[in-house]
Amino acid sequence: MAELDFKVDSEVDITDKVCPLTFVTAKVALEELDDGEVLSIRLNDGEPVQNVPRSLKEDGHKVLKLLDNEDGTYNLYVRKVEEG
Amino acid sequence: MAMTDEQIERYSRHIILKEVGVKGQKKLLNAKVLIIGAGGLGAPAAMYLAAAGVGHIGIVDADEVDLSNLQRQVIHTTADLGKAKVKSAKETMTAINPDVEVTTYRMFVDASNIRELIREYDFIIDGTDNFPAKFLINDACVIEKKPFSHAGIIRFQGQLMTYVPGEGPCYRCVFKNPPPKDAVPTCKQAGVIGAMAGTIGTLQAMEAIKYIIGKGELLTGWLLTYDALKMEFRKIKLPKETKNCPVCGENPTILEPIDYEQEVCEETAGRFATRDEQQ
Repeated sequence: MAELDFKVDSEVDITDKVCPLTFVTAKVALEELDDGEVLSIRLNDGEPVQNVPRSLKEDGHKVLKLLDNEDGTYNLYVRKVEEG
Repeated sequence: MAMTDEQIERYSRHIILKEVGVKGQKKLLNAKVLIIGAGGLGAPAAMYLAAAGVGHIGIVDADEVDLSNLQRQVIHTTADLGKAKVKSAKETMTAINPDVEVTTYRMFVDASNIRELIREYDFIIDGTDNFPAKFLINDACVIEKKPFSHAGIIRFQGQLMTYVPGEGPCYRCVFKNPPPKDAVPTCKQAGVIGAMAGTIGTLQAMEAIKYIIGKGELLTGWLLTYDALKMEFRKIKLPKETKNCPVCGENPTILEPIDYEQEVCEETAGRFATRDEQQ
């Protein structure tokens, strides 16, 4: 796994989910975090990797990094931004 | 409390919404809404609130399901004929969503019971069919400082407004007193179209949901009217002035709810858009 220049506070795996539960599950996991904390999300290639980062951005969170695990899955790192 | 996987899936279309999210859904799950009347307005309101996962729903109605109800009271089915409306309503709500705890009150509201009844709820839905009940609910909600949604329906027309304590006019500010008995035709002559009732009751559920999640704008200070024949909605700004109101004004003279003696199911002829539900 590549070096990360931030600390990961929590992890969630959504590779067993289909849309829209991919995003919903990520959103529920983010809800448990405090403002500024980082969630690592393991997700599948294809539709999830296309849509989940975009949906999280639309919710106001900050996408930090997307790493290709080269096994058909990715790890998406998102910093929680509490809505003002 | 964390949501179960089943709850996350059930409410996923809510949770996706930025305005609802997990927080809003948890607020709904922790909310208590009282619906007075399991008729044309209360039926859709109860079904949508149950589906939405409002955790505790109280429903009040003294009547039994009658064949003439089924044209609009979609929470009851033909198999429910003769059953207490609150029982039938509870069965439907629980079937839609077993998460919801339903408390039934098989009774009429009156001045002696209404204050205690509404006290433990966060939001009240007036789905009644007569003016005495509407003034009773208004006055009790003002006195107990409870937000509520008023609605009335007749023929092809409906109306609704929302009262939030300290935020604008109450029903009595606008409509003053129940209409005199001889000024109004009885319900049996009037009729009501079911789908219009469904629209208005659904709008009441929407007001309750927005109040609970604390998003959007409520119909406080507004009267929304719907004419289904013309397919016209009008949003009428209500006067801000409340200080002379006998119940919510600066020097209230109505300190307890009042039992007005009146037949059920009446409408005001020529008054300011007051419509009522036909039973």
